[in-house]
Amino acid sequence: MMNDTIITEEITHRFGEHTVLDHLSLKVQEGEVFGLLGPSGAGKTTLIKILTGQLAQTNGSARLLGTDTRKLGRAEHDQIGAMMDNFGLYERLSVSDNLAFYAEIYHVPHRAISGMTADILKNMGLYEARKTAVSRLSKGMKNRLCLARALMNHAKVLFLDEPTSGLDPATTRQIHDVLRKQKAKGTTIFLTTHNMFEAESLCDHVGLLSGGHLIEYGKPDEICRKYNHLNKIQITLKNSETISLSNDQSAVAPLAAYLEKEEISAIHSTEPTLESVFIELTGKGLD
Amino acid sequence: MKHALAIFKKQLKDTTKNKAVLIQFIMFPIMTLIMNNAIQISGMPDNFFVLLFAAMYIGMAPLTAISAIIAEEKEQNTLRVLLMSNVRPAAYFAGIGSYVWIICLLGSAVICFAGTYTPKERLFFMLTMSTGILVSLLLGAAIGAFSKTQMMATSLTVPIMIFFSFLPMISLFNDTVAKVAKYTYSEQIRLTLSKIGDPHVSGESFCIIAANMLLFAGLFAFACKESFSADT
Repeated sequence: MMNDTIITEEITHRFGEHTVLDHLSLKVQEGEVFGLLGPSGAGKTTLIKILTGQLAQTNGSARLLGTDTRKLGRAEHDQIGAMMDNFGLYERLSVSDNLAFYAEIYHVPHRAISGMTADILKNMGLYEARKTAVSRLSKGMKNRLCLARALMNHAKVLFLDEPTSGLDPATTRQIHDVLRKQKAKGTTIFLTTHNMFEAESLCDHVGLLSGGHLIEYGKPDEICRKYNHLNKIQITLKNSETISLSNDQSAVAPLAAYLEKEEISAIHSTEPTLESVFIELTGKGLD
Repeated sequence: MKHALAIFKKQLKDTTKNKAVLIQFIMFPIMTLIMNNAIQISGMPDNFFVLLFAAMYIGMAPLTAISAIIAEEKEQNTLRVLLMSNVRPAAYFAGIGSYVWIICLLGSAVICFAGTYTPKERLFFMLTMSTGILVSLLLGAAIGAFSKTQMMATSLTVPIMIFFSFLPMISLFNDTVAKVAKYTYSEQIRLTLSKIGDPHVSGESFCIIAANMLLFAGLFAFACKESFSADT
């Protein structure tokens, strides 16, 4: 049976008069990828800071690996890897010096450091840039280096704040591949994003966050099906014409006719995307 | 201890690439060597430039270096990442502080060897300098911990640095300033260094330096409490 790695109950957090998180409750199981979706300012980073012990919530309780996040100690921190929205890298040091420094911080034996950093840099596609100063890296390379650092202590739980924000598709795909490998190893991943494709392709469960409230929670495909009010199928013909049919008995005859004439180029169901669900629930987009 | 050592080594690598911090460590030792050898005025006291620049070095180099390093780590979020990686604030400050202390001691050694002292006097000189550097480190670390950005740290450090480093020099020419300056650690360091060879070491100097140290340690503790509380 899977344990809950992260549990929040009725978390509220205020900065002065401004309520950032409002009675937020969720659970993340061991080994799953959980995506928190919401626009900028929704409270995603604040929740990560609370869960990693950087910030104490105003009310409610949060537990990480069974420990109150306000009392996280050495044992818990040793099992956490985090990649926050700002890099926190030593800009004047080289890529490999940054990783070697954290290897020492994580008590990697001295003789194993260079081999370990080389392996991680190869996995991240950064080996060729190992001697380059961080200040000269692109945003995508810095993101990958931050992820490499977060993976250095073989964390049981990874917190990733917008890991692919502003990156090109190739770099995004590389990061997704690394995250899938981590999931396969049993790592629990908590990521925030406003990229619906990332959430749909990577996450076992997602939560939609708006104005500090968790407005929807579940598996991405289940959420999309739940809001599939139109229940239509869309047929694209070889002459580029698009036809919309009800997803029921009434579609059988016209569909059979098109099939018989071999006119069909593509058939799609028309369930909504996570973004359209978000828009339906809040009246606002994710960006 | 391992964390402090790792931070020490990281800082050593970083400073070799950071000209702004590097120049603070080497400027006064080089100036002492140049001035001491280039300017000879009849009637000038022995080791005049050595004593003058030693006091200025103490008031300037450790203070600006450590406040800049800590403020940069806070601004760049590297300090937050370190703390999340199980590095205790005490280990961080031990790593950074010991680094600046040792580098400043090396600079002090250059200043010391520019002067004409016996081996015993050199030892006393270095002990006095190491105490002065420690007091400056506490004040600089308090400024760094209190500042959220490098800009803020610079704004706070510059007037404080000017006060502590120039007061000993101005007090040489103005008795009124000297009456105020005597309560600062940098002036007392200069006075203590100027009495090298005198067997009657002033208890007053020791008390004033200790009082300065306690005051700055209190400021540092307060700044750390504010800076490292969970809600910042």
